[in-house]
Amino acid sequence: MRTIQQCAVMCRSKNAGPFEVTIDIAFADRETYEKVKASGVVCAQLIAERYSVAVGDVIFTAYDAGLAFKATIPRAVSAGDFGDTDVYGCQQHALLLDVELPV
Amino acid sequence: MSNFRMLSTSGLLGYGFPEESLRNGLARDPHMIGVDGGSTDPGPHYLGSGKTLNSRRAMKRDIKLMLIGARAHHIPLVIGSCGGAGGEPHLQVVADIVRELAREEKLNFKLALIHSEQDKQWVKDRRAAGKVRALRGVPELADDAIDKAERIVGMMGSEPFMAALDAGADVILAGRSSDPAPWAGGAMRDQCAPAPSWYSGKLLECGATAAWPKGHDCLLVEVNAGGIVVEATNPIRFCTPNSVAAQSLHENPHPHLHQEPGGMLDTTDCTFTAVSDRAVRVEGMQWRPDDVYTVKLEGAQLLGHRAITICGTRDPGLIAQFDSFLESVRENVSTKASAFGVAPEDYRLNIRVYGRDGVMGAREKVKQTLSHELGVVAEVIADDQETANDVLAMARPQLLHVDFPGRLCKEGNMAFPFSPSDISCGPVYRFNVFHVVQLDDPLSIFPIEYESL
Repeated sequence: MRTIQQCAVMCRSKNAGPFEVTIDIAFADRETYEKVKASGVVCAQLIAERYSVAVGDVIFTAYDAGLAFKATIPRAVSAGDFGDTDVYGCQQHALLLDVELPV
Repeated sequence: MSNFRMLSTSGLLGYGFPEESLRNGLARDPHMIGVDGGSTDPGPHYLGSGKTLNSRRAMKRDIKLMLIGARAHHIPLVIGSCGGAGGEPHLQVVADIVRELAREEKLNFKLALIHSEQDKQWVKDRRAAGKVRALRGVPELADDAIDKAERIVGMMGSEPFMAALDAGADVILAGRSSDPAPWAGGAMRDQCAPAPSWYSGKLLECGATAAWPKGHDCLLVEVNAGGIVVEATNPIRFCTPNSVAAQSLHENPHPHLHQEPGGMLDTTDCTFTAVSDRAVRVEGMQWRPDDVYTVKLEGAQLLGHRAITICGTRDPGLIAQFDSFLESVRENVSTKASAFGVAPEDYRLNIRVYGRDGVMGAREKVKQTLSHELGVVAEVIADDQETANDVLAMARPQLLHVDFPGRLCKEGNMAFPFSPSDISCGPVYRFNVFHVVQLDDPLSIFPIEYESL
């Protein structure tokens, strides 16, 4: 088992417009990506739990061509509104870094 | 259609780029040069206030090199979302820079300004006609929200760029634009198919982000019969199938489907092939035209005025009881502000604690901080700046002096790095319009003005 921090080549978050944040996790080679995909660990349910949002609010897609997974969730507060902590949404990936993957 | 080449200098006007990269790119005889000028990414302040994100000085440096290169090669220079938010004040700042450069560099050309700021009554009429819908996570649009917006911009598609090129414009400065639209417009006007034209725009709007290592630098894309070929013009950066595929994920809710004005770019069946150790061919993208043409509307409303102060503690006794300490601070601020005539409902106090949950907010899972230091940003928002300043000036001494059990240093609870410690931040905005409006004509709400320089 290795964590996402240890085995991904990219784990990033960014605004997808001011009301949503999108998170991408990518792997260096197809073998690792396919193993992760087959394990089912990286899924909408995982994102919902880690970010305290309803599963129905998670847009989750596996992107085979990019050896990547993408999840898009509503922001807790729209970008720059009162109480927002991350205007660019670029530090929201951190809640996934310790997720363990069977690779 | 021949091979149509486009050169982007960076991901944002004013970020800078190496001059050598521009020279390398121009040596490849591109048919168009440009740069993306902005987005909603830096938050609602810029759209609301009319201020530019990057400095005039930084934007002028980039435009000067691009303009001289464009005129020397007789190719159009195209900049979308001018000045960041793409409203009228933002567009005029960039237009002013271009006019100044024309004088200074003794250049003659035809300038097109494409405006994107929208009349509020027109937006209300479209709403009343059922032609406006909310995007995901956004409330339905009400007339009240339209009235409250400082300004509303429409995000134009490729058509206004094609129209300005048809009219012989040498330099096109546009208000708010879909990021890939200037590039898609340039390529489609040269008879390139919509799918590779839009896909090339998706890459070009981010400059050299599609290459590794990432950096603010130039990207060259050629659209040809088979698809597109993408390459960074700085020899230290390499486009690989993975680096280009990853860019497809950028700032978009879905990896394969990219909604654009007039249609959907579908990259599900894309293939990425290395054509050299530094260039990649992308093929297989699809363009699905929409039945009804839509563009996005963006608006920002004034929330109030902000004042902040920054401080920190290294005291383990205080860190161990920080929540109850902050509760005492809040109560004292409320009592003392009421005493000088500011009621609790007249301001909002937010105390951000770095080292605990300053980055993740309520979504933070680590409930017990292990940090030996905590950083505090105390923030007050009120209707006017004076009220925000006055309440913050009362929050500061509470942070400094509120007592707590076991306190060993009664001289002060917080280290303040600055004098003065209180900072007036000015007006604060929030996005309150983020909706899609149907258009009968993609050009109708984006008037184009021409001037000969």
